Amino acid sequence: MMRMKYLRCWGVLMVLCGALPAHAALTIEIIGAGERQMPIAIVPFAGDQKLAQSIVAVVSADLARSGLFRLVDPAGRTPHEPSQVVYADWPGVEALVIGSVAVQKNGRVEVKFRLLDAVKRTELIAQAVSAKDDQVRAIAHRIADLIYEKLTGDAGVFSTRIAYVNRQGNRNRLVVADSDGYGEQAILSINEPIMSPAWSPDGSHLAYVSFEQGRAVVYVQSLLTNQRVVVANFRGSNSSPAWSPDSKQLAVVLTRDGGSQIYLVRPDGRDLRRLTFGGGIDTEPNFSPDGQYLLFTSNRGGSAQIYRMPVEGGSAVRMTFEGGNNFSPRHSPDGRNFVFAHLSNGRFYIATHDFATRQMQLLTRGGWEKRPSFSPNGKMILFASEAQGRGILATVSSDGRVKQRMFPQAGDIREPVWGPFLKQ
Amino acid sequence: MKKLVMGVLLINLLAACATQKPAVPVSETQPAPAAAVQPATAPAPAPRMPAAPAAVAVDPLNDPNSLLANRSVYYPHDVDAVQDADKPAVRAHASYLAEHPNRTVRLEGHADERGSSEYNLALGQRRAEGVKKMLLLGGAKDGQIETVSYGEEKPKASGHDETSWAQNRRTDIQYNAR
Repeated sequence: MMRMKYLRCWGVLMVLCGALPAHAALTIEIIGAGERQMPIAIVPFAGDQKLAQSIVAVVSADLARSGLFRLVDPAGRTPHEPSQVVYADWPGVEALVIGSVAVQKNGRVEVKFRLLDAVKRTELIAQAVSAKDDQVRAIAHRIADLIYEKLTGDAGVFSTRIAYVNRQGNRNRLVVADSDGYGEQAILSINEPIMSPAWSPDGSHLAYVSFEQGRAVVYVQSLLTNQRVVVANFRGSNSSPAWSPDSKQLAVVLTRDGGSQIYLVRPDGRDLRRLTFGGGIDTEPNFSPDGQYLLFTSNRGGSAQIYRMPVEGGSAVRMTFEGGNNFSPRHSPDGRNFVFAHLSNGRFYIATHDFATRQMQLLTRGGWEKRPSFSPNGKMILFASEAQGRGILATVSSDGRVKQRMFPQAGDIREPVWGPFLKQ
Repeated sequence: MKKLVMGVLLINLLAACATQKPAVPVSETQPAPAAAVQPATAPAPAPRMPAAPAAVAVDPLNDPNSLLANRSVYYPHDVDAVQDADKPAVRAHASYLAEHPNRTVRLEGHADERGSSEYNLALGQRRAEGVKKMLLLGGAKDGQIETVSYGEEKPKASGHDETSWAQNRRTDIQYNAR
């Protein structure tokens, strides 16, 4: 028997990011906290108040959302240079962030900041980051990434992006946004459903399924030029695109030869090869990080479960045996486990399966929770959920301790997926 | 009505009823099948409704009392086989298509939300393919039938309950304009 371990939230910390400007696309709510939260004080940067968007507010919100930090109010203390810091003034604070902002004559914003270890009284980071004045949030996310990485040892994901479908009535918009929900950009807006967005490994393209031709067709669209190509448009349904780690091929699901089966195809639609030869449903392929295996959902055993097979072909091995049905597998970035949606007694849970221990771990309490995907550092999982009768975005830390819910301003959010690290 | 029978001429009316449920998000702006707006002028061997005006031949497709008025096939959860209750109607459509080789249909498979969107797309496609197989067995030709799936993307009812799910697990038989 598989051990089903429910992880409970620690604490009841609930942070409503009310300080964010009103044009936020999403309202964010954080529930739970890391096992140990590091106390950190972020002193308002000199000159920060002159910017339309406070950099310190974004950095603070990013670090708070991770659940790994406890933000300590600077309470009027305003050192901006190391020489102004009196460590004795910061009892109980382990990390201190200070800095200054300057707007240059050409309009560029330059931020100089320092991360100080307030216990050892040493400097951990001293760096300048600059960008155009419409990129202030990007600067702030970069600073938050640097702080997060230095203090936790893991790469930060605040600069990464997410994609999802926003549905309002019949209107469906395929949206790309920052990981905190800001900077929404619709790359496709149609009055037919959109499904299954999938990021290319370098973050430059999205593959997705659109019904604009009256049935499911797979497209790949460039986020740089907005140009797109049809990857698969055969009779029946064409769906579930997944990129290989080397970007050279997509796994797709086609019904051109009968039932829903998995095929490989180049991102320009050439060189189609069939991979599975079952009589039932094989769908939701996902490549392992080494590109050697595919996880997928199949009903070949009588109910929807998760299987694994070599990309080069060969027999599939069933991975999930828990009661109920299991869907939407996705490898963790390190390849050690996969996340999936577990349906039991009419409720969907987000769960992980460890390849080594073969144990399932439920990360959520259940509800309408679907389509999980890992953040590129493997520390968070983004999924579609529902609250107050609306489709929302939700995240849970991969240890189940920290949860967030992100409410759209309007409509329902569906089909979210977390994007890759972007090259700096 | 044995089930939610979608009479051709009643489609818009029923759609209006469906929208009385709170927050039905999609699906009601699909244009009604073209057959609904076609005048019943084609010569047809079909029996007329008693109340129909004399001298107007009625295409059995437009007869609300015909089995052909039944345009939706319903399923249990995670099942794609046509159930016994719907077989007479599907057979009637097969006969009609065999007798009217110029008519074509689009079979739209749908699923309830209990599954991933991709699994449900596959399930809806299998449902449509299952109806297609019965139509072919009944004499329809492959070229008369297109199968597509919307999975869980266009629910007729939006609740998280069996009443809604039962309406959403279906294949719609839509006649294309001639």
